[in-house]
Amino acid sequence: MTMIEAIRGAMDVSMERDDNVVVFGEDAGYFGGVFRCTSGLQRKYGASRCFDTPISELGIVGAAIGMAAYGLKPCVEVQFADYVYPAYDQIVSEAARLRYRSNGEFTCPIVVRMPTGGGIFGGQTHSQSPEALFTHVAGLKVVVPSNPRDAKGLLIASIEDPDPVIFLEPKRLYNGPFDGHHDRPVTPWSKHELSETPDGHYVTPLGKAAIRRQGQALTVLAYGTMVYVAEAAAAETGVDAEIIDLRTLLPLDLETIVASVRKTGRCVIVHEATLTSGFGAELAALVQEACFFHLEAPIARITGWDTPYPHAQEWDYFPGPARVGRALLATLEA
Amino acid sequence: MTQPAPLRFYVPEPAVRPGGQPDFSNVRIPEAGSVRRPEIDADPESIRDLAFSIIRVLDRNGDAVGPWAGTLTDEELAEGLKHMMTLRAFDARMQMAQRQGKTSFYMQHMGEEAVSCAFRRALEPGDMNFPTYRQAGLLIAGGYPMVEMMNQIFSNEKDPLKGRQLPVMYSSKEQGFFSISGNLATQFIQAVGWAMASAIKNDTKIAVGWIGDGATAESDFHAALAFASTYRAPVVLNIVNNQWAISTFQGIARGGSGTFAARGLGFGITALRVDGNDYLAVHAVAKWATERARRNLGPTLIEYVTYRVGAHSTSDDPSAYRPKTESEQWPLGDPVLRLKNHLIARGRWSEERHKQAEAEVLDDVISAQKEAEKHGTLHSGGKPSTRDMFEGVFAEMPPHLRRQRQQAGV
Repeated sequence: MTMIEAIRGAMDVSMERDDNVVVFGEDAGYFGGVFRCTSGLQRKYGASRCFDTPISELGIVGAAIGMAAYGLKPCVEVQFADYVYPAYDQIVSEAARLRYRSNGEFTCPIVVRMPTGGGIFGGQTHSQSPEALFTHVAGLKVVVPSNPRDAKGLLIASIEDPDPVIFLEPKRLYNGPFDGHHDRPVTPWSKHELSETPDGHYVTPLGKAAIRRQGQALTVLAYGTMVYVAEAAAAETGVDAEIIDLRTLLPLDLETIVASVRKTGRCVIVHEATLTSGFGAELAALVQEACFFHLEAPIARITGWDTPYPHAQEWDYFPGPARVGRALLATLEA
Repeated sequence: MTQPAPLRFYVPEPAVRPGGQPDFSNVRIPEAGSVRRPEIDADPESIRDLAFSIIRVLDRNGDAVGPWAGTLTDEELAEGLKHMMTLRAFDARMQMAQRQGKTSFYMQHMGEEAVSCAFRRALEPGDMNFPTYRQAGLLIAGGYPMVEMMNQIFSNEKDPLKGRQLPVMYSSKEQGFFSISGNLATQFIQAVGWAMASAIKNDTKIAVGWIGDGATAESDFHAALAFASTYRAPVVLNIVNNQWAISTFQGIARGGSGTFAARGLGFGITALRVDGNDYLAVHAVAKWATERARRNLGPTLIEYVTYRVGAHSTSDDPSAYRPKTESEQWPLGDPVLRLKNHLIARGRWSEERHKQAEAEVLDDVISAQKEAEKHGTLHSGGKPSTRDMFEGVFAEMPPHLRRQRQQAGV
């Protein structure tokens, strides 16, 4: 099963089980979304539960908040994470705070799905990774799946969660695990064990990281596409890295992170998003607070550069396996 | 061909500024009773003119005239008068409480009492308002306890919102009063979403969005109109045009459009304009629009033409940007006085009874305030706990917040 099928499966299962789950967004109804994630849902559940919207991200999220206040559980699609900014006020000032400011009288169980990250030559308007803009907001949960099995379980968990969830789908992973070797043939999901996805309903709990590779030499903290880049970098450098797929950025599974770094004494953080005030900064701060006396090397951050996401220079920007590999070696030698 | 003259930049200005003579000659006021009352299923195209007129019921003599008259009994009108008087007395006391340091902030309704008080009477249990900060009449007219409102204003130990919200940002699901954000316009599209949900579930309830003249310039307003139009949502979209957005006159948001109601026409939304200081007209229009929504006839956009007599908030001084006597010149008069005169004209009220009623509502407000103050005011007495500050961010407190609560020593 591909990521797309897994994500669609999660919505299908949720809509089947709960009449209050509705799905909508730009091109999300009849056509089934530009990435096909909602394909077939309108035919199966009718246009009142899966429908097209005007091109207004503010409108999509604002309407979803009103629906959630009524008692529905909207799972909406923003076509690209790069397009979410018109909805930012609705997410930050409204969705995130509704439970708090009304003392629980009104709540906002919505999921805002959006394709994130680069690797598809999408330029600056189809490549961004804005997760830190959401982890910084009190009242939001932020999820980034890295494989079909997690994507389905995490999306079902997000839809069932009583609070708003920002669900970032690494678009370069939709059709296969991508390790950053853009010049090699694309690997399909069918060859990956995490593409085997249980039928029907299951939940991958929010706030739990997964150790993708056990190791002793250092800890890599990654999420989304970077999990595969880190795996490639470890394999190519021969560094015995412990690779942690965070899966949920907020709430964060600090316990798993701390146990690993205390064991290895070294930590490399990898994300596609820009460096400054990125989520890696938060991770670095948390790791040094909890593991200072276990650290044998400075914490390294390998990220996108602090420029807008370029077009022609995509692979100079993208923190690929060579750059991550150098960081692993440098951290090991430090 | 002559060369075109250099381009000129245009910034609208109100007719008069402080020191000038108030002038509302540009506000065209039709005679009471002169605007027709279409059937609720009238084609929006056939009633476009109603977005440019002003529906009025009470005339200069205090009589109810024309096709929009007659939606309320004398008893209901007397009750409506009491609601408006209560809101006014409530405002006066809370304004004073803010000056006494019992709360940080307050926003009064002076001059706009009819809009929310009369509208509330057109709603059914289960309907949902998405209000702004100047519709407390929805709560007063709905019978929500004033003590609860004051507990919220004082952020005291009985504050239903646990001290988390700015004063007057009430929330009451039971009253059909959605939590006020304080960010402008955001709730307008949420009201449309709520109404869409009601339609999706084949329910019978409707939603009501509220916005001020100034905030109609926000994108949220336009998204709300687009969605309401596209999905024919069972929603009433209310624009309270009180002429002033803090110091900014309504022309800055309205621009070249004739009226705010006319904004609905481009979206194919039925649009009405009504005398916001006329309790009977507000109620009649509210009845008409809520009935349309409930009968699946789609959204209605209503502009209430009114005037903000008081300051924007306790942090504002209007004498810096508009003539001090402007409110006295406002051609639509005072909503309380107009309803009072109507009831007197009908032989159902008198000056003596009015004085007596004023004393009664003041008593009610004062005793509510005494009760609320027993539970504390912003800087003295009982207050919400520091622990409350950490609760309710999520349904279940995540580990990082538990750690922070521990660090805070609570």
